Amino acid sequence: MTTTADRPIGFGRLKRKEDPRFIRGQGTYLDDIKLPGMLHGAILRSPYAHAKIVSIDTSRALVHPNVAAVVTAKDLETLGLAWMPTISYDTQAVLAGDKVRFQGQEVAFIIATDEYSANDALALIDVEYEPLPAVVNARKALDPEAPLIRDDKSGQRDNLASPTWEAGDKEATDRAFAEADTVVSRDIIYPRCHPAPLETCGMIADFNPETGQLDIYNGNQAPHAHRTVYAHVAGLAEHMIRIKCNDIGGGFGNKVPVYPGYVCAIAGSIVAGKPVKWVENRSENLMSTGFARDYVMRAEICSKDGKITGLRVDTIADHGAFDSTAQPTKFPAGFFHIVCGSYDLHAAHVQVKAVYTNKAPGGVAYRCSFRIAEAVYLVERMVDALAMELKVDPVELRMGSFIAPEQFPYETTTGWTYDSGDYAMAMRVAMDMAAYEDLRREQAEKRARGELMGIGVSFFTEGVGAGPRKHMDILGLAMNDGADLRVHGNGKAVVSISAQTQGQGHETTFAQIVAEELGIPPEDVEVRHGDTDRSPYGLGTYGSRSTPVSGGAVAVVSRKVRDKARLIASTMLETRPEDLAWEKGRWYVKGDPEKGAMIEDIAARAYSGDPMPEGMEGGLDAQVIYDPPNLTYPYGAYLAVVDVDKDTGHVKVRRFVAVDDCGVRINPMVVEGQIHGGLAEGIGIALMEVLTFDEEGNCLNSSFMDYLIPTSLETPDFELGETVTPCPHHPLGAKGVGESPNVGSPPAIVNAVIDALHETHGVDHIDMPCTPARVWAAMQGRPEPPQ
Amino acid sequence: MNVTMSVNGQRVTRDVEPRQLLVHFLRDTLDLTGTHWGCDTSNCGACVVLMDGKPLKSCTALAAMCEGHEIRTVESLEVDGRLDPVQQGFHEHHALQCGFCTPGMMMTARGLLDENPNPTEEEIRVAISGGICRCTGYKNIVAAIRWAADNDALARQEVSG
Repeated sequence: MTTTADRPIGFGRLKRKEDPRFIRGQGTYLDDIKLPGMLHGAILRSPYAHAKIVSIDTSRALVHPNVAAVVTAKDLETLGLAWMPTISYDTQAVLAGDKVRFQGQEVAFIIATDEYSANDALALIDVEYEPLPAVVNARKALDPEAPLIRDDKSGQRDNLASPTWEAGDKEATDRAFAEADTVVSRDIIYPRCHPAPLETCGMIADFNPETGQLDIYNGNQAPHAHRTVYAHVAGLAEHMIRIKCNDIGGGFGNKVPVYPGYVCAIAGSIVAGKPVKWVENRSENLMSTGFARDYVMRAEICSKDGKITGLRVDTIADHGAFDSTAQPTKFPAGFFHIVCGSYDLHAAHVQVKAVYTNKAPGGVAYRCSFRIAEAVYLVERMVDALAMELKVDPVELRMGSFIAPEQFPYETTTGWTYDSGDYAMAMRVAMDMAAYEDLRREQAEKRARGELMGIGVSFFTEGVGAGPRKHMDILGLAMNDGADLRVHGNGKAVVSISAQTQGQGHETTFAQIVAEELGIPPEDVEVRHGDTDRSPYGLGTYGSRSTPVSGGAVAVVSRKVRDKARLIASTMLETRPEDLAWEKGRWYVKGDPEKGAMIEDIAARAYSGDPMPEGMEGGLDAQVIYDPPNLTYPYGAYLAVVDVDKDTGHVKVRRFVAVDDCGVRINPMVVEGQIHGGLAEGIGIALMEVLTFDEEGNCLNSSFMDYLIPTSLETPDFELGETVTPCPHHPLGAKGVGESPNVGSPPAIVNAVIDALHETHGVDHIDMPCTPARVWAAMQGRPEPPQ
Repeated sequence: MNVTMSVNGQRVTRDVEPRQLLVHFLRDTLDLTGTHWGCDTSNCGACVVLMDGKPLKSCTALAAMCEGHEIRTVESLEVDGRLDPVQQGFHEHHALQCGFCTPGMMMTARGLLDENPNPTEEEIRVAISGGICRCTGYKNIVAAIRWAADNDALARQEVSG
């Protein structure tokens, strides 16, 4: 039975508007699109991690009957497309000309009549390589003897990718450590992993030489920003490029960057004069597109009288062969300096070096806001390590060190202004849900029987919704988002947004915002996105920024429309605007509630021939570009219960309790779905997802046979809870949430694994992923040495 | 070479390359793009269809191997405007986000319920463990399939009643 709870006009558990096409198999993903005359591209990739290219001979491929063209670096040079800028102001080879710098690097692009022929013809290209020594280890990349990777950059004499970056107060931190009674240090690696969306990356480029128009079909997370980049790279006029993102099969940060394959497809279409489709296979996705994390950290934490007093972190960021990390320009280590976490900590210092290695470029935010995952993992591991040293309960140590509710807005020592929170309350809710005391009792009983059970907690604070233009930009572009709203004469609305869904349910959530603000039922609000010709400029969806930024834009534009509707209603009702009051969907006369005008009647009036208020144009629409005043700061308390098999080291996550505070929830069903998904990814990162390389730079996890992703059997029946602390500066009181579970869950799981093993086996750290082999080795007192 | 099979109840005969995968035959030759492709190595399950009623990863079969067999894809689930309970359950329980794994998950679920109309949660989890969903964490997929089981039963009662 359908109830009003299922059909809210505004916020609530509305079933998704996008579901009907997906459950019928009628979504339109990139590879579902066929254009007349379309050709198919395939990329020849380097088998070596580091090698000089002596020669490339394409003659045998060119005589393949179905091959239309073969593109190499030489051809791209003539088009000025051999190199492209990265998102971090570095340059990246589109196709390698001088040498290859990672295994899987793009060397040649073949265009053929069909996908099978294009892939057949790859074997007909003869490339002669002269292998060079490779460096795959971030610390070894700093060795003066290490092979120089970026000899293409003039003046580059080592493998440092950028100057050392610092945040925090070094002096205060040194002082805190000098005065501390307890100091704990750890070497912690957040290993290289990959977002691996189920749909890989790809593009169809369709250049029309007659008009100069370039149409692009591509599933990416930031279509407007991509268009700006293509205009810059290809020397085309931005307004003559149209990007259409239809349905996207997941992104998680992987579909933020511009990849060489995209530029090849565009160049291919320019060369061939026909649409060119390129879709990468899974190995190409894992081996060459945006990886995440790869932070090698050395951290120290100190305390005095049982309270955390200082944190010091020295990090090496491994960017791979080209620095294409995703982050706002002024923050070369992203938001890593949020590393003080949720604690009232007056002394912290963070230092980050970045290096080049012979690995794929990237450093994207895999469901995380620009390195916050690394920061949260670090601080939550360190707090647990300190609790272990102090022999206090990890919950108790956290409770005693939290920022108190009355301290908000709270300025952190590394430069953040947290907006709101009641951390202790969220932690208590999680402890109650988990029945923490009972779990500790159960653990003691099991331990007495020789069974290994672990309980791990984490508490995270995220800064999401980048961001205020006074603080940040990407490639010089303001991180703002637009919204255009038109209420048609029939009372139904179209809202165009610059955020780009990859599964987040924007067509539902954003319709609900308009519904909440204007009282138009969400089924009558069409959300338009994913087409740069039909949506306002904005920076897209990543870093949990959709609701904080685009959601703010939609709320504000709805209120602008509501304000205009008030003036029109005052004309209709022959009263002064200030004498009108609003209820959902209707302006009415104060003191005479029977007398009013419904939003659809006001809309009809706006397009009719009847008079408008003095000086007002007809129509009922508005536009905004929303510049958020601050990031939003969601937080949460997570608890994992794991069982470790004492004979194999296998870790089973038996329970996972997640209490999230993301402020006001527009659609709680969608929010919970986001949390479930992020928790599964967090379990993957903690237990199985990793990209590793051998000494020669061969990628050892280049398919789903080796890059393991949790299935229904590795994920528990998640237990969710919530507290609601509205964001004080967001128009709806909402905060971002999509990434919280991915950010918050790995430390809870690793803390649980170590909790299971510390007392019996003396284990005090295991780097992720906690695979059976790695856990078992740690249990034998043979932990894998830090990288 | 020529191959003849039944696809969603229709007999189709096509000239195929012997090496053509069933997933490509469905998507590119028959334009049934509801069946997706995600991994190359038969790990992800986005390409699951039913072959003679049993779930099959269509990237593991050549079109030529399907001679004389019955193939069902996601496009066949809805009949005369009536959603299959599996489809309805996915909508009711928010069991999909990006939608990419959804057809494979739903076909796997259909295959399970046809064989075991009243599966336990554990049986559901085992049945879908050959597929990967990056968005939902599986919890709601399990609930959706359980909902479909209950509503399959209701539908059968209605028919027999």
